[in-house]
Amino acid sequence: MSLPLVTPGRKLGSIALWTAIVALGVFSLFTLAMARGETVNAMWLVAAAICVYLVAYRFYSLFIAERALGLDPQRKTPAHRHNDGLDYVPTDKYVLFGHHFAAIAGAGPLVGPVLAAQMGYLPGTLWLLTGVVFAGAVQDFVVLFISTRRDGRSLGDLIKTELGPAAGIVAMVGILTIMVILLAVLALIVVKALADSPWGFFTVFATLPIAVLMGVYGRYLRPGRIFEMSVIGFVLLIGSIALGRTVAETPALAALFTFKGEALAFMLIGYGFVASVLPVWFLLAPRDYLSTFLKIGTIASLALGIFYVAPELKMPAVSRFIDGTGPVFAGSVFPFLFITLACGAISGFHALVSSGTTPKMIGDEAQIRFIGYGAMLMESFVAIMALVAATVLDPGVYFAMNSAPAVIGSTVDTAAQTISSWGFVITPEALSQAAAEVGEKTVLSRAGGAPTLAVGMAKILSGAIGGSSMTAFWYHFAILFEALFILTTVDAGTRVARFMIQDLVGTFWPRFKHTRAWIPNFGATGLAVAGWGWFLYQGVIDPLGGINTLWPMFGIANQMLAAIALTLCTVVLFRMKRERYAFIAAAPAAWLYICTLTAGAEKIFHPDPKIGFLAHASRYSAAAAEGRLLAPAKTAAEMSRIIFNDYVNTTLCAIFIALVLSMLFFGLRAIGEARRATSVTTRETSDELHDLRIARA
Amino acid sequence: MSCTICGLPALDLAKLGRKLRDGARLMIGQGDYEAYLAHRRANHPDEPTMTHEEFFLERQASRFGEGGRRAMRCC
Repeated sequence: MSLPLVTPGRKLGSIALWTAIVALGVFSLFTLAMARGETVNAMWLVAAAICVYLVAYRFYSLFIAERALGLDPQRKTPAHRHNDGLDYVPTDKYVLFGHHFAAIAGAGPLVGPVLAAQMGYLPGTLWLLTGVVFAGAVQDFVVLFISTRRDGRSLGDLIKTELGPAAGIVAMVGILTIMVILLAVLALIVVKALADSPWGFFTVFATLPIAVLMGVYGRYLRPGRIFEMSVIGFVLLIGSIALGRTVAETPALAALFTFKGEALAFMLIGYGFVASVLPVWFLLAPRDYLSTFLKIGTIASLALGIFYVAPELKMPAVSRFIDGTGPVFAGSVFPFLFITLACGAISGFHALVSSGTTPKMIGDEAQIRFIGYGAMLMESFVAIMALVAATVLDPGVYFAMNSAPAVIGSTVDTAAQTISSWGFVITPEALSQAAAEVGEKTVLSRAGGAPTLAVGMAKILSGAIGGSSMTAFWYHFAILFEALFILTTVDAGTRVARFMIQDLVGTFWPRFKHTRAWIPNFGATGLAVAGWGWFLYQGVIDPLGGINTLWPMFGIANQMLAAIALTLCTVVLFRMKRERYAFIAAAPAAWLYICTLTAGAEKIFHPDPKIGFLAHASRYSAAAAEGRLLAPAKTAAEMSRIIFNDYVNTTLCAIFIALVLSMLFFGLRAIGEARRATSVTTRETSDELHDLRIARA
Repeated sequence: MSCTICGLPALDLAKLGRKLRDGARLMIGQGDYEAYLAHRRANHPDEPTMTHEEFFLERQASRFGEGGRRAMRCC
């Protein structure tokens, strides 16, 4: 390989190129922000995002890599040090990028932007772009760096060694709580998408026998033939979508596959339990293969579709619901937009992935920048595409799908009337037409983001392939794709939560750690399922749609975990005596502390019963004392259950706040220690060869 | 090999295909069997190695297994 020649001409060319990229980015953002009254093409949004990513990657991530962290390509990584050909293997950087991206990309970046679209496309876009550049990608990058320098150890372990054992336990409890809330909210999204939809339920149900068939094929018939089993699975999956239409159009069959939310919730809870105690090859692993490939394929085709169709954004840049009165989620831009838009801007969950399998496969420290920072930029782009899919819809349809029946009523007439009164004019016929186009009876109150995204994707994809005759097929394809990978997260996550519970309980009662024994196994799985199942059921029967309550709780938990991870990053920079650069992690950490603490406090104490749990509880208590019933309660017992739920939610928020505050304390204490020390106090795995080289130099 | 006109390296389709295949496999937790064999030959030449099928099942169990080796995934 020859060294690149840096000639004056080349340097000038580079300056000209980057000036052009910055100019295009600024012009695109300006076009988006200045749009008033007329629609804007989605390509401006895409162009703005890509320019921001390019500039951030070229300049800011290079600054972090070289100045702040001092990545050292000479240093031995765990993949070389512990090479075992299995977990620790030096891996090609593009191959590893794919692995890391597939692990961080999920439903989060697809759902958050859809909900945030109620405020218009601009607020969401601005936070997605700023958040990823200065917070999300930095977190993924620095945590991956920290873990790689410490033999690929996990986040909980890293916090224990760098911040102390008490901080380690706090982090473990935090991670378990976020798992429970995450699983509940994801399961709720599936319930909302499949309720009263025989076509959707049939296709998702069909994935069970398909997965079992794949599992048997991959274990007994042709062991290890992943490509063959995935192709078989994919063909059967497409077949089941086509068959689903027949099922939905045959009344006798449709009745068999039509379920209400409550029934679906219990089915999911049972499924989560069974799937996580069965041997993995039978159901879990094959579903995982199918959903991973489908996820990557669908994300790629959505990108192609957006570029090919270049749709117009129908939602205004900034809607009237910027004031916090919107029907999709309650609360104003600060702090709730930053809580709602979790995964595409920053997601604490990624800190678990970045300290999981990826650091064990990094072949060269210099590649951490590409994999850590780069993969998160890509995830943010997925969120931008979801925002495009939600805002190409007619705003009237968007609000009809995402508002609760308590707000817009349950007929197209009441819905159209209410939504038109908000200034988004729509006719009842247009709402019925929207449902008919996607092969459903109704699109009203299909909250949770997934159905809205599916309608948007169907609109984009049918514009590219098949035209309007294929809209219903694409809609159910999108629903299937989302439900499939959410369910895979639900069963794999239940398994992970089960092991966490066994670990945590095992600290006090060692016998509980035996993962092969029946009682701990069933006990911990039961606890995990009961935890998320309880929140799921509560969400399903909530008159405001459940997503309204659960998604902000999930956002708070996820951002709380990000604040914890960024605190770790800040502490490590201080311990490395690189406090000059600690702002790269400390600034986003401070912002997340402000957001999560404000949001947590508002969820508890806000006087508006739509936002504050205590205000909601006292409204119901007052009514119950007078013997009145408030919807949705139909009996006095239901009234007291609603009040009880409010107190549970309050407690959970209080736990979040306590976790965040104690982490802040542990972080500040560790920073103080590091500042008083005269030398580097970080606990990296020492690299003898490396140390020798430094000593010689 | 590189293009004689523009100087950029020629597109090696076989290599690209291999990377896509390896990438797709690693996404579901299936590492490179060849790399495993090479490692065993170089470092543990006297010990038995897993067959391709055994390797597949071992990786599958490890992805969803207990302990620190399980893969974390995001929402």
